[in-house]
Amino acid sequence: MANAEGRIFGINGPVVKVRGTGAFEMQEMVRVGSEELIGEVIGVTDEETVVQVYEETVGLRAGEKVAGTGGPLSITLAPGILSNIFDGIERPLSKIREMTDAFIARGTKVDLLDNKKKWNVKITAKKGDMVSGGAIIAATRETSLIEHRVMIPPNLSGMIDWIAPDGEYTICDVIAKVRNENGVTDICMRQEWPIKKPRPYAERQAVTKPLVTGQRVIDTMFPIGKGGAAAVPGGFGTGKTMTQHQLAKWCDADIIVYIGCGERGNEMTQVLNEFGELIDPKSQRPLLDRTVLIANTSNMPVAAREASIYTGVTLAEYYRDMGYHVALMADSTSRWAEALREISGRLEEMPAEEGFPAYLASRLSQFYERAGYVTNLNGTEGSISIIGAVSPQGGDFSEPVTQNTKRFIRCFWALDKSLAYARHYPAIQWLSSYSEYINDLTRWYEKNVSRDFMKKRAKLMAILQEEASLMEIVKLIGSDVLPEGQKATLEVARAIRVGFLQQNAFHKDDTYVPLEKQDKMMDAILLLDKRLTELVASGAVISKITSTGIVDDIIRIKYTIGNENIDAPFDALMKKINDTFDAASAAPTAQNSAAPETR
Amino acid sequence: MAIEYIGLNNIQGPLAVIEGVDNTFYEEMVSMTLSDGTKRMGRVVEISGDKAVVQMFEGTDGLSLENTSTRFTGEPMRLKLSREMLGRTLDGVGRPIDGMGDYFAEEVRDVNGSPINPVAREYPRNFIQTGISSIDCLMTLIRGQKLPIFSGDGMPHDNLAVQIARQAKVVDSDDTNGDKFAIVFAAMGVKYDVANYFRRSFEESGVLNKVVMFLNLSNDPVVERIITPRCALTAAEYLAFNYDMHVLVILTDMTSYAEALREISSSKGEIPSRKGFPGYLYSDLASLYERAGIIADANGSVTQVPILTMPNDDITHPVPDLTGYITEGQIVLGRNLNLTGVYPPVDVLPSLSRLMKDGIGEGFTREDHPELSNQLFASYSKVEDAKSLASVIGEDELSELDKKYLAFGREFDKRFLTQDAYENRSIEETLNLGWELLGMLPKSELDRVSDETLDKYYGKTEV
Repeated sequence: MANAEGRIFGINGPVVKVRGTGAFEMQEMVRVGSEELIGEVIGVTDEETVVQVYEETVGLRAGEKVAGTGGPLSITLAPGILSNIFDGIERPLSKIREMTDAFIARGTKVDLLDNKKKWNVKITAKKGDMVSGGAIIAATRETSLIEHRVMIPPNLSGMIDWIAPDGEYTICDVIAKVRNENGVTDICMRQEWPIKKPRPYAERQAVTKPLVTGQRVIDTMFPIGKGGAAAVPGGFGTGKTMTQHQLAKWCDADIIVYIGCGERGNEMTQVLNEFGELIDPKSQRPLLDRTVLIANTSNMPVAAREASIYTGVTLAEYYRDMGYHVALMADSTSRWAEALREISGRLEEMPAEEGFPAYLASRLSQFYERAGYVTNLNGTEGSISIIGAVSPQGGDFSEPVTQNTKRFIRCFWALDKSLAYARHYPAIQWLSSYSEYINDLTRWYEKNVSRDFMKKRAKLMAILQEEASLMEIVKLIGSDVLPEGQKATLEVARAIRVGFLQQNAFHKDDTYVPLEKQDKMMDAILLLDKRLTELVASGAVISKITSTGIVDDIIRIKYTIGNENIDAPFDALMKKINDTFDAASAAPTAQNSAAPETR
Repeated sequence: MAIEYIGLNNIQGPLAVIEGVDNTFYEEMVSMTLSDGTKRMGRVVEISGDKAVVQMFEGTDGLSLENTSTRFTGEPMRLKLSREMLGRTLDGVGRPIDGMGDYFAEEVRDVNGSPINPVAREYPRNFIQTGISSIDCLMTLIRGQKLPIFSGDGMPHDNLAVQIARQAKVVDSDDTNGDKFAIVFAAMGVKYDVANYFRRSFEESGVLNKVVMFLNLSNDPVVERIITPRCALTAAEYLAFNYDMHVLVILTDMTSYAEALREISSSKGEIPSRKGFPGYLYSDLASLYERAGIIADANGSVTQVPILTMPNDDITHPVPDLTGYITEGQIVLGRNLNLTGVYPPVDVLPSLSRLMKDGIGEGFTREDHPELSNQLFASYSKVEDAKSLASVIGEDELSELDKKYLAFGREFDKRFLTQDAYENRSIEETLNLGWELLGMLPKSELDRVSDETLDKYYGKTEV
């Protein structure tokens, strides 16, 4: 059957209206105009078809041809994805650069993945095997870090009729044939998958393991599970991108999908440079080997920005199906929502809040629900964790994107302007952030880190909470007039804020802190708290302790104690704390000795 | 063979609608001749069947449905480019208005430009010494960066921009006479006096022959204002990437630009989002700001210093807000500092440079710079706490430490922020001054600095 065809009737920004005889399908991918720009059908009426174009429409004429492709917008899945950088519809930017120059020209036609490169493939299935969708039949080393597992497409099952021997193959070479009642299907390493359709899995599981990030305020205070979804909202300059970069660098996922959606070009260049240089501590290989970047900078076409999120999550699902744990960073989902708004406005749809379309919430939920910890069709386990940055207008969290996002995530890291102004990074505000994963993850922490990890966390949170209410008073009358007990609380809270929550991303040790050290740091702070409380109960003043500088020693743990062999230095520190307090209470000051009851 | 269309079908604000047109394309340039012989330019902004909506650059005054004859030029909006542009003054759409005639075009380019491929970008790392302590130390300008000045009406943003342009002109150690330096200045909806101030200042500092000026003054047509920054950036890209020059682009005032965009959007009947601005304001601003940068294939760079006045000093207004999300930091001017006579009145805490972390420190400025700037920010934010406490309980009741912070804050405003409009401080001087001021605080308060750095610099500079 011939594909639908029509003629351009109207043009308004990225939205093109088409009239013609052919019957276009919704979400069908189309080629627009003589330059064959890529577009997608987003509306069909009896007289015209509405197409959003993923490239600049300057120069497009009324009357030019629009041709359907017969299928939805799809991307290619095969080895060659990792350590690559793509635009919003999976066109490799380095290839585009070779073909044009430093600027991206329109209508550039390029293979999504390298069809010519030969991969050294090891076949793992054999002739006569019964296979179903998702079954792994071969493997190849895609990068030094990741083995790419070649799978049967999800919707196919049958018996392997023929299979190639181990050897060098391109992604288009047939490596197996599968026979079923419908006939014989050729299998090559390459698959196509429509980006807006989630890839199937066998069963969704509960989130029970944390995504360890090495960032104290996240791992200890507001942890996210593997398969979870988190949002990082914050006004400009509060460090959303910095937080995303830190997570992409250090989190313990196998694969990182980093989507720069409507953000700065220089930031993508930075990720590209930095990740090529940074070495994964576990494997001694460049971090770029486990990373795929999707760059749709703010000046690239707006419709492709809308697609970039789906492209990213489809790539993530593909690696999840192989049995990997994938972390997906989307920076920023607000730009994506604005792309929806812009296109919706051009379609003259009835706007809901602040001009956003009424379907904003359902689109957001469809995206975040693609996160999850699953059992794959082939029996392996994999996960996708989604961390979406949100850029609320004016830093006001009551705007529609933040509010709707909050409904579909369970972990909320609120970035705070005043913390960022004071250069307290990461500027995650401990009182307004939350994680609903704490209960799900408590067992894991108890088993793998320390028995009372979450109890210690709760204690720290309580101190911070108390500090916040004390600060109300301090703001009015100053801290000097507080009773000693409350002064002690403020001192411990300072140790928590500066020594624990604040973390230096540019320091070689402090940029990533293992859970064991986080645990010990909490121990040190809680010991300080306990001893201070005892001291105050005995009637002493806390300046006896604060003048010794022991609190600053605790604050400086992050720099003075490395990440390895931490037991001895921590034991020494704990001893020093105890000794300082023992000395302080053994040598009463003039005040104490003058106290009436000692007479 | 060009077809001329006689008459119009509809006029609405700056938009004219012509029916019965075929073969026009999106963003095609239109030339319209009135019956009295005057010519006007326009641009196709919407096509629907045989109907073209044309946005008229010089406005629609005097147009009627009958007195025009329209020709479609077959080209998008283009700008003639040449090295000879340096030293010239052009109007908002790139026509010379300095009475020196036309210049020779070496190349003609579409003013919309194309996005730079992120793969082809070079990450900006070279520090630009502006000679202004607050900027150099705390929100360092990097070559290839876009760093706007957020200001308000009546504040000295123009003086600051001129001072940056004047003092940043020597860009390389091997370029002592500034041959590789150029300024592209675009005025959008500013008063004549302001444009003239820039012109005189460039003249005084002897750089006028290195400046290309694009002027769209406040009484010039609003639609032209949309094209002005695009012309300026096209010229900047040409000079930077074809002649390897380091171009500083000053765009003023971005708020007027955004308001022009809003005016046209509403006359097109588009659905508004916040404060009446169109939903695509972010994408539109990004298409300007993202044209700053360095590409790997050329030695030049485009650095942008856009100026925008925040209506009612409101940083959450859509224009500064969206700008802040796109640009790589911001220099915020503070009303209170200005009132107390501090020049430049840089409000340190909300100001930021995102690129400075990779362009300062050892090998760029001095190894203590990152820690020092962090510490100054942190300490200065405590000054604010002390001030607000003092305003409740009075300064006398403050603790010794808070009093020290207040004293530090005063000296910081007086000696670090304040400098003369012609004072050009070296980065060494600036950093030493920073340490000198930190010397007023007890050592235990400096928690952002490592012990080694403290030992090396704390208390070492004479007060």
